[in-house]
Amino acid sequence: MSQVKYTSSHEWIRLEEDGSVTVGITDHAQELLGDMVYVDLPEVDDEVEAEGDCAVVESVKAASDVYSPLDGTITEINEALEDAPELTNSSPMADGWLFKMTLANAADFDELLDEAAYKAVVEAEDH
Amino acid sequence: MGKRTPLYEQHLTSNAKIVDFGGWDMPLHYGSQLNEHHQVRQDAGVFDVSHMTVVDLTGDKAQDFLRYLVANDVAKLETSGKALYTCMLNENGGVIDDLIIYFQTTSQYRLVVNAATRDKDIPWITKQAEAFGVAVTERPELAMLAIQGPNALEKALPLLDAELAAQVKDLKPFNAAWKGDWFIGRTGYTGEDGIEVILPPESAPELWEGLLANGVEPIGLGARDTLRLEAGMCLYGTDMNDETTPLVTALGWTVAMQDERDFIGRKALEAQKAAGVPQVFKGLVLEGKGVLRGHQVVKVDGLPDGEITSGTFSPTLKNSIALARLPAGVGDTVQVEIRKKLIPAKVIKPMFVRNGKSLID
Repeated sequence: MSQVKYTSSHEWIRLEEDGSVTVGITDHAQELLGDMVYVDLPEVDDEVEAEGDCAVVESVKAASDVYSPLDGTITEINEALEDAPELTNSSPMADGWLFKMTLANAADFDELLDEAAYKAVVEAEDH
Repeated sequence: MGKRTPLYEQHLTSNAKIVDFGGWDMPLHYGSQLNEHHQVRQDAGVFDVSHMTVVDLTGDKAQDFLRYLVANDVAKLETSGKALYTCMLNENGGVIDDLIIYFQTTSQYRLVVNAATRDKDIPWITKQAEAFGVAVTERPELAMLAIQGPNALEKALPLLDAELAAQVKDLKPFNAAWKGDWFIGRTGYTGEDGIEVILPPESAPELWEGLLANGVEPIGLGARDTLRLEAGMCLYGTDMNDETTPLVTALGWTVAMQDERDFIGRKALEAQKAAGVPQVFKGLVLEGKGVLRGHQVVKVDGLPDGEITSGTFSPTLKNSIALARLPAGVGDTVQVEIRKKLIPAKVIKPMFVRNGKSLID
C-alpha cells in the first residue's frame, strides 16, 4: 500500500517503492482553480528546494504556483499534461500527476502532513 | 453576506459557486466554466445580471442633458427603442463608466450602467442633471437576465407575453421593445445573438426556471468574462478606467466629435488628439506556450513597453488571447513577459470570435 502525504499549499506526495516520490495537486486545489488550461512543468534534472515554486497550473480563471514539497531532483514530468491539462481536474491524484522527484533526504517525507492534518488545513480555509 | 439578486435561490439550486462581485453574491460558475462558455457559443445560456443598475431619465431636456453627459451622441437615436453604447467621461477625458442608453422618447431615456461603478455613477449623473431639470430615477428593484447564444431567441420567445414576443422577434440588434415593466433589448456581452430582459423581480424566478426547462443553461460570471473577451468587448475597471480615455481603449468609435457639440471630456480628448494619441488598443494571440493575463508587460522593439489589460485562455480558439494597450506604431508581433520569459504574440484587431466563428487567420 503506497503512502501519500500532503502540504498546506495543496500538493500531494506519494512515496514510491524505489524511494522517489510522485507529486500532484489535490482534489481540493483543482476544485478551487476550476477548468485547467495550461500546466508549466519543471525540467528533468532540475534541482528543487522545499517550498520553492517549481511548476504552474493555470485554469481559465487564474495562474497558481505549485511548490516543491521537499528538497530533491526532478526525474520525470507528466508530458501528457501538455495536450491534456484537464487531467489535473478529472484525475488529480492519478493521471493528472505533475512530476516525480528523488529526495535529498529520504527522512523528510515523514515531516509532511498526513491525510487528517491536511483535511484540517482545508477545513480551516473554508471557514 | 453580500447583496443578493431575486435569483439567488435558483443559483444555489443549480449548484453555483458563489463569489463576491462588487458587494454582490454572484455565481462564478455552475460546475464548469469551459462547458458554460461552449454552451453559449453553440446553443443558449442565461446569465443573471440583476446586479447591473437601471437608471431612468425623465424631463423635457433629457436629450440635451445626455448630449452633454456622454461622449457618444444620443441625437443619432431617431427611432424609439434604439440603443447606443457610450462612455461617460470626466473632465480629463477619463472613463467614469461605459453604459447603454435606450431612447424611448426625447424626454424619456433608460440607462444601464455597471454594478461596480454604481456608487460613483449615480451622484455624478444626478449632479450634472440638475442644470437640465432632468429627473434621475434608479430602478434597483428590477431584475435582469441576459439570454445569449444562437438558439437564445428560439428558446426564450415562447416564455414571453405573446404581444411582446412578437415585437422582440423582429427587433434588429441594438433595439429594444417594452410592455409595462418588461423591457427587452437585442443586446448582449458575448458576441452571440441574444436578448437582455429587464423585468419585475417577482417574475424573474419563473422566467429563469422556464428557460432552464427549455434547455437554456445557467452561465456564471467566469464564462461571461471569457465570452466578452473573445468578442473583443471591453470590461470597465480592467480595460479602461477613470485614468484612460476612450482613444487609448479602442473605443474611439463611440466618441462623436463631428459637430460642435459640447460634452464633458471633449476638450481633453481634442488635446490628446492634437498631441498625438500615445497608445493603441489591440488584440494579442499568443504564439508560444502559456496564458496571457492582465498586467503582463508587453515588449515592443524600439518602443516603450505596453501592458495587457485582460487576458485569458480562449475556449473557442484553444489558444491564449488578450486585450492590450500598446505604444503607437507597434508592428505585427510583440513579446509578452510571462514569468520572466519572453513569449511571442501576434498583434491583431481586438476581436477574436463572432457568432461562434473564429476571426483569426
